[in-house]
Formats: sequence, C-alpha cells, structure tokens
Amino acid sequence: MSWTIIQQSIPVFVQAFWLTLKLSFYGIIGAIIVGLIASFLRYFKVPVLRQISAAYTEISRNTPLLIQLFFIYYAFPEIGIKISATAAGISGLIFLGGSYMAEAIYGGLQGVAKIQVESGLAIGLSRGQLARYVVFPQGLTLSVPAIAANVIFLIKETSIFTVIAIPELTNTALDQIGLYYHTDESLFVLVIAYAIILIPLSLALTWLERRARRGSFGN
Amino acid sequence: MATPLLQVEHLEKSYGDVHILHDINLTIATGSVTVLLGPSGSGKSTLIRCLNGLEDFQSGQLTFSGQPVTPNAKTWQQLRQKIGMVFQSYDLFPNLTVLDNILLGPLKVQHRSKAEAQEQAVKLLKEVGLADYQDAYPRQLSGGQKQRIAIVRALALNPEFMLFDEVTASLDPEMVRGVLEVLRNLAQQKMTMLVVTHEMNFAREIADQVVFLEEGHILEQTPGQQFFANPQTERAQIFLNSMDF
Amino acid sequence: MAHSGINILFAGQNFTRLLGGLWVSAKISIVSLVIGILLGLLLGALRTLKNPVLRTILRLYLEFFRIVPTVVLLFLFYYILPKNFNVNLSAQIVAMLVFALWVAAEMSDIVRGALISVPRHQKEAGMAIGLNGPQLYRYVLLPQAVGLMIPATINLMTRVIKTTSLLLLISVMDVVNIGQQIIEANRQVYPNGAFWVYGLIFILYFLLCYPLSAWARHLERRQNNNA
Ligand SMILES: Nc1ncnc2c1ncn2[C@@H]1O[C@H](COP(=O)(O)OP(=O)(O)OP(=O)(O)O)[C@@H](O)[C@H]1O
Ligand SMILES: [Mg+2]
Repeated sequence: MSWTIIQQSIPVFVQAFWLTLKLSFYGIIGAIIVGLIASFLRYFKVPVLRQISAAYTEISRNTPLLIQLFFIYYAFPEIGIKISATAAGISGLIFLGGSYMAEAIYGGLQGVAKIQVESGLAIGLSRGQLARYVVFPQGLTLSVPAIAANVIFLIKETSIFTVIAIPELTNTALDQIGLYYHTDESLFVLVIAYAIILIPLSLALTWLERRARRGSFGN
Repeated sequence: MATPLLQVEHLEKSYGDVHILHDINLTIATGSVTVLLGPSGSGKSTLIRCLNGLEDFQSGQLTFSGQPVTPNAKTWQQLRQKIGMVFQSYDLFPNLTVLDNILLGPLKVQHRSKAEAQEQAVKLLKEVGLADYQDAYPRQLSGGQKQRIAIVRALALNPEFMLFDEVTASLDPEMVRGVLEVLRNLAQQKMTMLVVTHEMNFAREIADQVVFLEEGHILEQTPGQQFFANPQTERAQIFLNSMDF
Repeated sequence: MAHSGINILFAGQNFTRLLGGLWVSAKISIVSLVIGILLGLLLGALRTLKNPVLRTILRLYLEFFRIVPTVVLLFLFYYILPKNFNVNLSAQIVAMLVFALWVAAEMSDIVRGALISVPRHQKEAGMAIGLNGPQLYRYVLLPQAVGLMIPATINLMTRVIKTTSLLLLISVMDVVNIGQQIIEANRQVYPNGAFWVYGLIFILYFLLCYPLSAWARHLERRQNNNA
C-alpha cells in the first residue's frame, strides 16, 4: 500500500464523500417525511389510504434496494418515466427508507403509555388533540433511537448507488480500482471514509439507546 | 328530593367471557362524597372507569344531571369535561410544563381565553401549595406534587363531578397527607366526588356514603357513619377488620 | 408493438435460467445463514462472559461488520484475499464467507440480547443445582432465550436474502446478473424487456421475503401479548 497513491486519490474521494452525504441527507429527509405520513395514516386509521400505505410498506421492506433502483432507473424509462441517476438514487432511498421510518415512528407511538392516552381522554381531548399534544410529541421522542438506526442503515445503503453509476464513495473506489488497479489503497480509503461518517453516528446511537432505556421522560 | 348528580342503573360489564360488574345500581347526590370500598380485584377501578367512558359496558343506564347518557365517543368527550378523573399512577404529560398540562383542557377542549384560564390555574395551584411550580416539568416534581397537579388539571375544567382512583396508593407515606388535604378541601367546597381509597381513617372522615363492592356486586350502599360503626353485611365486617386503622 | 413485452420472460430458456439464478442466491443464503447462525450462537454466548478482552474483540468484530456496508465487505474479500493472501476462491465462496461472517456478527448481538434478558435468578437457580458454565447455557439460558431470538433471526434471514441481490457486483451468476444478460440479448426483439425482467425479479424477491417477515411479525406480536 502506498501513501502517495492514497494522497493523490484524496481529492476525488472528498468529492465522493460530500456526494454520499448529500444523497443520504435528501434520502433520509424524504424517508422521514414518508414515514411520518404513513404513521399518520395508520394512527388515524384513514380508510383506503391506510391500506395503500400498508401495501407500500410491505413491498418496500421485502424487496432489495438494488432491484428498486434498477426498476426506477432502467424499467421506468421504458414506460415513459425518465429521471437522472441521482434522482433515481434518491427516490430509491426514499422508497426504501420510508417504510423503515414508518415502522420506527409508529413503534414509538405505540410505546406511549396507555395511562397517558387515558388521562388525555379524561380531560376531554378529541382523538386529533390527543395525537397532537400527547401521542405524537411523546411517541416521536420514543422513536428517536430507531430513527437513528435507520439513518445509519440508509447511509450504508447509498453504497448500492454504484450500480447506477452515481459517483458516490463506493463507485469512486471501484473506479479507481478499474482505472489504476489501486485496489488496496482505494479500499482502504473507502473503509476509512465510511468509518468517518458512521462511527460518530453509531456512538450517538448507542448513547440514544442507553438514554431511551433509562427513560428520558422521568415521570 | 333533588335530582341526583349521577344515577347508575343495572350496569353490567364483562371482559370477554369474564363478568366483572353485576347489576350495579348507584345514586350519587349533588355535593356529596361517596367512598367506594372493596377488596383488591373487586372491580372498583373498572366501575369508576365506566363512569367516564374509559371502559364501555354491555348494558345499563347512566343518568347525569337528569340527562340519560348515550354511550358514544362524542357524548363521552363532552361529558368528560364535567367529570374529572385522577388516576393512581402519576399521569401528567411529561412533554408539557405544569402550567401547559393544566391549560391543555381549558384552552384546547373548552376554548376559553388564555388570560382567564391561566388566572384560574394559578389560583388552583396556590390552593394546592404549588404556585412556584408553573414552569417545572413533571420529572422535576415528587410523586405527591405530581398528584396534586393532576388534581388541579382535572379541576381546571370546572367539573361537576370528580373521580379519584386510589390517588395516594403509589405515594410515599409523607406525601399522602398533602394530597388528602386537597381532597378534604374539595369536599368542604361541596364538590361531588367518588373516591376509591385504602386510607380508611380518611374514608371515615369524609364519606357521606360508602359503597362496598365485592366480586363485582354492590353489597352495601349506606351512609358513611353507619357503615363504619355498624356494617350490615358480614363481608363488609370482615373487610373492615382486615384493614387496620 | 410486434411482441408483447411479457413474452421475454418465456422466450427460450429465459424463465428457467432466471429461476436457476434465484437458486444460486438461495443456496448462498442458506449456506451462509446456517454457518453464520451457528457461529453467532457461540459468539453471542461468549459476549455474555465477563472476560473484558474477549468482549472487546467481539464487540469490535460486530462494529466492523455493522459499519462497513455489505457491498464494500464483498469487495474487500473479493479483491484482497487473492491479491494479498494468495487465496483464490470462487466468487460464490467469497460471498458465502462474507455473508456468514456478517450473519455471525449480527446474530451474536441478537443472541447476547436474548441471553441477558433471561432473569438473573434463573441462572442462580441453575448454579444452585450444581450446573457448570456450559451446562448452564445449554439447559437453562439458551432454551429460554431461543424464543426471544427467533423473530430477529427471521428478520435477519430476509436481510440476507435481500442482500444477495448484490452478488452481481462480484460477478456471481445470480438472478439479477442473468436478468441483465437476458435484457441485453433480447434488446432488439424486446426493447422494453427491462420492465418485465426486473419486474419479475422484484416479485420473486417479494415472494421469498414477505412470508418470512410476516411470520416474524406474527411471532413478535404473540410475544408482546404474552408479556
Ligand atoms: N383489561 C382487562 N381485561 C380483563 N380483565 C380485567 C381487565 N382489567 C381488569 N380486569 C379484571 O377485572 C377485575 C376487577 O379489576 P379492577 O381493577 O376493577 O379491581 P379493583 O377493585 O380496582 O382492584 P385494586 O384494588 O387492586 O385496584 C379483576 O379481576 C381484574 O383482573
Ligand atoms: Mg383499582
């Protein structure tokens, strides 16, 4: 392994690093929005839309991101929907992540103590008010560790974007290997780059989980 | 005789196949204190929860202020503003400050003006000795303080009737007095109340009437003094002897 | 349109070839799950011991497999084993190795979590009747923990199955790889072959994973109701 080669490749990797972060960011934000909407439909038992969102969740969770991406990027154009690789990548991540976020958020809502719901009812809150002032604020707090775990999962999944040639980290490393045969160096930098992103997040997750177990709402 | 505030007739309640409450008939006069006694598992909580719609029941008729109650979500939501309830576990909303806990009902359910509701909240907080805690979060309070706030939160809706289900049962002994004091004051102000408690001295002191429940049957419904001096059923006698006070 | 696109799936040997590719993915999943789960049981039990060195090493092992994306793990083993250690393995074996080690890491966490949730007095009761360490795990702790481990283990299975879709990246002839070949070979006759081929693969994966995740959810719900 040669340090000069590593140094020379740094600029390309830095670019890829930011791209990975950017794509993850859009994908995660989108996934959280989809997750919120899906939990909302489920919590309020909205007819029809709830069934649609349940079907979406099953499809999204039980198929691989790679196939989702191939479908969006290669199959959709054949039926007249054409989007760029980047847009396909972000859409795929949102499609996949939305269901994971929905499970995390709904899990939090279910974790809200029954007595909290009952005391809300006892002061005459309607179902909507109960959601707004009691169940969602508390439930979302409870779901933070699960959301954080999904954030890590989704960032790792961006490595699959390489199959539709988005120049994120993994794709860049494979490029370096293909062009210059700098296998060891490229893989080394690649692992380090993911570690830089994911180790702090993983530590934060451990901390959040520990806090959640102790119960952050010390009632 | 004036119309009773609440009348319960032939109420039956079961969970699945298990029959919990049998033919409950109960009259609660306006301004009176009813103490509901009975061994653990006799159905006290279940009964009290039927009275504000947290549990549904299979048959029976409730009449509140002379109006028959049609048990559906809409009616209950209306009625719960008139029927306050405080539970055994401290049930303040941990995501809201003390004041926001108290104001939630008056502002969002009753749509009252903030200034007026807040003035009342502060007054009530003063009465329970917690005026300084408006901006605290529930986690910063002791169990006894939380329970007093929970009572204030219910009172802030200006209920006509209050349900208390073992509100001192999870408290440390030194916290119990303060909470009972609040209940005693309410009784003096002629609030109509239904109280489940294991504090027998307190029960004897405030009960206008005692309802004794066993295995889901009301065995006695008698004036307070009479119940403690001279219970009519053997079961009640045994129950009283088992409680040392 | 001269040819309805769906016929691409049934032209020649296409359908059997796709199923053959699926079988390669299934085989790799099964082998790596069996090895990984067994290894994970051992590692998970070891992680409940007090030995700090062992615990740290196993924790680092888990974190490594958690932090590095599976695609990258595949490349690491695929490129580095032959080049730096002179080990020449077929792509399928590399995949089994990577997946087995990854499953073992995840499984060790599932096992550890389940073991430490067995009430302490159970362990003490076992010690009181004179069981030694391994016996304690074999007769008292593992049997009680197994029920708790099953839903998470089934979910891990679906993750492994989904992850086999990455095999084409190291040139394994899996269902996706064969699908791509079919699309390419038929581009003239079936210009919108991708829609049907990827659609079929999408459905195949769903059919493999959905029953498993529904089963896991069913078990979880039953456990929650009993708790
Ligand atoms: N959700 C439920 N499902 C089934 N059975 C229930 C449920 N809630 C209560 N029960 C049963 O109903 C009976 C009465 O319970 P309840 O809580 O009303 O008793 P209680 O008099 O309040 O007892 P305690 O003094 O212990 O609070 C008990 O046998 C209890 O097991
Ligand atoms: Mg009770």
